[in-house]
Amino acid sequence: MSPHSFTHAEYLAHLQNHVLAASRCQNCGELYLPPRPLCRRCFAQDMRWEELSGRGELVAFTVVHIVPSAMLEAGYDQDRPYVSGLVRLEEGPTISALITGVDAHHPETIRVGSQVRVVFPRGDQDPGPAPLVFEVVSES
Amino acid sequence: MTERKLGRGVAIVGAGMSRFGTFPGRASRDLFVEAFQAMRESVDKGLDPRDIQIMYLGNYSSDLFEGQGHTAPLMADWVGLTPVPALRVEDACASGGVALRQGILAVASGLYDIVLVGGVEKMSDLPTERVTDTLATAGDVLYEIPAGFTFPGFYAAMATAYMDRYGATPESLMAVGRKNHENGALNPKAQFSLTIADIMAKKIAGAEKRGRPVPTWRDEMEFLHDHQANPIISWPLRLFDCSPITDGAAAVLLVAADLARQFTDAPIHIIGSGQASDVALHDRPDPTVIRAAERASHQAYEMAGIKPTDVKLAEVHDCFTIAEILASEDLGFFERGQGYIAAEEGLTRRNGPRPINTSGGLKAKGHPVGASGVAQAVEIWHQLRGEAGARQVSGTPDLALSHNVGGTGQTCVVHIYERR
Repeated sequence: MSPHSFTHAEYLAHLQNHVLAASRCQNCGELYLPPRPLCRRCFAQDMRWEELSGRGELVAFTVVHIVPSAMLEAGYDQDRPYVSGLVRLEEGPTISALITGVDAHHPETIRVGSQVRVVFPRGDQDPGPAPLVFEVVSES
Repeated sequence: MTERKLGRGVAIVGAGMSRFGTFPGRASRDLFVEAFQAMRESVDKGLDPRDIQIMYLGNYSSDLFEGQGHTAPLMADWVGLTPVPALRVEDACASGGVALRQGILAVASGLYDIVLVGGVEKMSDLPTERVTDTLATAGDVLYEIPAGFTFPGFYAAMATAYMDRYGATPESLMAVGRKNHENGALNPKAQFSLTIADIMAKKIAGAEKRGRPVPTWRDEMEFLHDHQANPIISWPLRLFDCSPITDGAAAVLLVAADLARQFTDAPIHIIGSGQASDVALHDRPDPTVIRAAERASHQAYEMAGIKPTDVKLAEVHDCFTIAEILASEDLGFFERGQGYIAAEEGLTRRNGPRPINTSGGLKAKGHPVGASGVAQAVEIWHQLRGEAGARQVSGTPDLALSHNVGGTGQTCVVHIYERR
């Protein structure tokens, strides 16, 4: 593997192929999502791509009403809010993602600890501004 | 890490700030001149600006807010400091506090005796969504921002995790905002020199004047629950949980401690300083702990040889109400999960046992990002010298702490101040 690999661009290319990919250090075994080229634990530069299950748990979330420009352009606004959250994958790493399958207008019904799974846009769908999306599949 | 000390003593001998608010037609340089003049006036025995040997400037993003890069020499010129070195320090919302630390290190190193630390931000020229975008660049633009996170969003996520773990409620957060507005109402330089009750009265008077339906809030809590008056920004954070968009500047004069008496008989000594960095929010094991704040404060306490319980008052980084609650735990003032109870019980009010943000904090005083860390030192200068006017903490405290956070806690810088 090229030492210049494990970039954001490659991560996005994997996502476009419906693969949520992390990088695993071949020296110490640490798993990274987001992927990275240099191990911050043992400082080795010997990673390998690893596909994750896409299953995890919602550890924190928010319903965003005052939205940034990119989400405004995607059709969200104060009255059409969306949910962002932190998802802890069953393999260990935690990542920021857009969260669906919840009622953004009733945030009190959204539960920390809910089980989530990654969802990929269908081929004919515009992936939108958020490349990584998890859907709540069951409440905690 | 072994305990670290400054190479020599450092003292603040002058401190001042501009009025904070939104000031159309006034650029960064104009705000900085106002802060510089306030600082000069505060130097009891006078300051010849030609004696200043270097300037550190906290500024987050004049590039994006004003389309102006290379800000430090420009500010230095506007206050007549060229040709001394002038440099900008950027660590997001901790830029001011980190500039202060760099100024302290410059004096402690022995290279400079008289150092100006400034902070400035001019935010209000941009529309709100572009301010939101600009602040968001302090997050990870590859992995956090494309998930839809904004800065209120990050802290709101910390809040949902904290509320889930400890049973805090949106009302717990409101207690922080109410308290900081009470303090801000006594600070003539604050963006909101108004309690929430004052703001309600103003809105009622405005509605009556314009012949609009007059709101009928029974009390501050009813107002804070009103979706019109206090809309959700990023649930569970509402407008009154968020620091405002602010223009402002602040300046402090640092000197070698053995020169301090040339400037004043009441210098404020820097006895502790600490700073730490951290990974993105999603990469931390616990989103309810700002580890950089724990580490920075630990370093500062060690250097000062004090315990958290020795601190008489603190200016902490309440960019959002939840941030003040987390800070009060990260700094060791309260146990984990107790910070919200302390806020609800009023322990952190000005006349309480543990006053936090007597200035009004970022919430009511305002949050011109790069100036905030320096403005915290200005409030402490006033409080420790007994010059804080109507908001003076009784008994004139002798030991204080400032806590300035960058981003979601990728940076934190803590200082401890003493009046001897």
